[in-house]
Amino acid sequence: MTADFLLALSQAITKGLLTGMVYGLMALGLSVIFGVMRVVNFAHGEMMMIGMYLAWAAFDALQISPMLSLPLIALLFFGAGYLLQRSLIQPFINRPEHQQFLLLLAVATLIANGCLAIAGPDSRTIQLDSQFDSYELGPLVLDAVRVHAAVVALLIAALLWLFFTHTRTGKAIRAAADNHMGALVVGLDVRRLYAVTFGIGAACVGAAGALMITVIPVTPFLAGDYTLLAFVIVIVGGLGSMTGALLGGLLIGVSEAVAGLLGDPALKSMFSFGLLIVVLLLRPQGLLGRKEQR
Amino acid sequence: MTDRNRFTRRGLGRAAVGAALLGAPLPLRFASAQSAPANLKVGLLLPMSGAQALIGQACKRGADIANDVFAELKLPVKLDIVTYDTETKPDVARTQAEKAVEAGCNALVGAFDSGQTIAIAQVAEQKGVPLIVNIAAAPPITESGYKFIVRNFPTAPMLLTSAFEMQKEIFKASGVTPKTAVLLSINDTFGSAMMGGIKAMFPKFDMPYQIVETISYDAAAKDLSVEVAKAKATKADMLMPICRLNDAKLMVQEMVKQRWEPMMINPGTPGMYEEDFIKTMGKYGEYTVSIQPWLNPKSPMTVIVDKYHGAKFPKDQIDIDAGFTFEAMLIAAHAWLDAKSTKPDALMDALRKTKIDDHVMVGGPIQFDAKGQNVNIKGAVLQNLQRKVQVVLPADAAEAKLVFPQPGWGDKRRT
Repeated sequence: MTADFLLALSQAITKGLLTGMVYGLMALGLSVIFGVMRVVNFAHGEMMMIGMYLAWAAFDALQISPMLSLPLIALLFFGAGYLLQRSLIQPFINRPEHQQFLLLLAVATLIANGCLAIAGPDSRTIQLDSQFDSYELGPLVLDAVRVHAAVVALLIAALLWLFFTHTRTGKAIRAAADNHMGALVVGLDVRRLYAVTFGIGAACVGAAGALMITVIPVTPFLAGDYTLLAFVIVIVGGLGSMTGALLGGLLIGVSEAVAGLLGDPALKSMFSFGLLIVVLLLRPQGLLGRKEQR
Repeated sequence: MTDRNRFTRRGLGRAAVGAALLGAPLPLRFASAQSAPANLKVGLLLPMSGAQALIGQACKRGADIANDVFAELKLPVKLDIVTYDTETKPDVARTQAEKAVEAGCNALVGAFDSGQTIAIAQVAEQKGVPLIVNIAAAPPITESGYKFIVRNFPTAPMLLTSAFEMQKEIFKASGVTPKTAVLLSINDTFGSAMMGGIKAMFPKFDMPYQIVETISYDAAAKDLSVEVAKAKATKADMLMPICRLNDAKLMVQEMVKQRWEPMMINPGTPGMYEEDFIKTMGKYGEYTVSIQPWLNPKSPMTVIVDKYHGAKFPKDQIDIDAGFTFEAMLIAAHAWLDAKSTKPDALMDALRKTKIDDHVMVGGPIQFDAKGQNVNIKGAVLQNLQRKVQVVLPADAAEAKLVFPQPGWGDKRRT
């Protein structure tokens, strides 16, 4: 194994870890919503796409960097998610899963076509000076944009962890997720908690969109790929587990990068799905997921 | 009889109008022809949305100015051009081609991408409607025995022959010759055809360098960091990208980030000479070298096309996409003039006999061989200089001096 190869491998792993952090943040929203409400958000990629478009619009019209528009986008998404849950999703909470699936699929289709109608089919990208920058860490060259995005993603994940472990609302959400009936018995306003949860999930995915636009251009056609990617990540990590979503993001990011280096880069996404099949066969609940009681 | 020949005020009026029309300046007469019903209905199939949307729109601009240019050229023909969006998908291209034929299009033009063009070609062949290929390089398009196709664009082997020959010219002119090269290629129909062509033809050209590795990537790739890292690890002197617009941008962005500065020659693929690339990449898009068929700045028709393009689309630079799509319309117009009919067989017969000496792209007359391929198209070396695509070779068509190898990413000449 030559020194050049080891360097390229280290480079690929580092890049995979950085991309994986943003993937993890994106999947975190999906995992939080499912973990608490048991609703699978099939419009997840589409929501991230809106986040990307908003960040692009802020940059294009007002020259506001996505890192600066991110908090506002997250706040907007929290509000929109809260309202969406109260108005549209709440009535479906106790309905059969296929109805929830169809509802969110319809929301996804509306969002995708709305974006196509408003923004057109062209890919939109932003041009930051930092997009051509990189940091040198010994022999490693780190992509500046990915480093920034990964740091922000890590920060948001840490804030989320603090919220769920150190605030009354966070603890109440966890209690409602662990024991729905118990939460009702002790008088928790579960409907409001569900809406807050959906808002938090939406805020995560909106923030991920603002970060993602610094790495890839946005088109109305990319949402499906990212919904699928988010599913792969949370299933690998464990549906409903926050740490699992982050771990899944890192694993998928690294596996794609390393697979591209070792094999044919055109087939790199094949490895993500290969990993998914292996996890489903050996540990259906995901790496950090809890086994469902039958 | 007497009544018929009688000289009346009404008759005088008619005679005056007739005389005025006959004596009117030519532009007025052609303006009148332009407002007349169209002679030929053309279905223009292009990727107007999806990954190739920007290129599809550039192609359409060439079609949009066609009738105006014909009027100025005093070509007595008007086309009714109806655009159909292929959405950058071969299956949609097929259904859109069927829709165009059902809507009564007398000829089809399209479709920039080889995969989509092959899908359209099958429909054209089934329905017996002529297809004029504006841009698509995969050899099977004219090698599959289709009877209703002509292609006014080089095949992948033609592009490569030109690319290899012009590379030698670049090395000779600059005095710098690479010893090794790496190929980085998109894996769609066009990319695969180019890769296959390079592998097959490379030994015949006695090039001064060796190809040390070929790396392919997914056409829908949103990130090329691994691919560029892999190419960089080969330590090749030169990179030959086989790309399209979006991936060309991703590739250069990654090269800058990874501080990789090889010599770079685009051997006949889109992307790096395109306006959006130049605009988006800024100083990093400068000095990029592409070998391409291109508009002949010395052709009088190019001047007219450029004038109308500039007037109608002041924000957009005319390029190969608009140039070849305009020429496809010119070919359709000539076919109708020669055939004097909209019947498919008559049009196809006229297309086979086409000989257009004055046109806009570099090369000899537009003529098709027995397979429907125009073999007279030539390549030029283009370089992005001062945010503009300029012909730098061959010397007799050069607008600017070649700068090779390209300055490093941090070089002060990049502004």
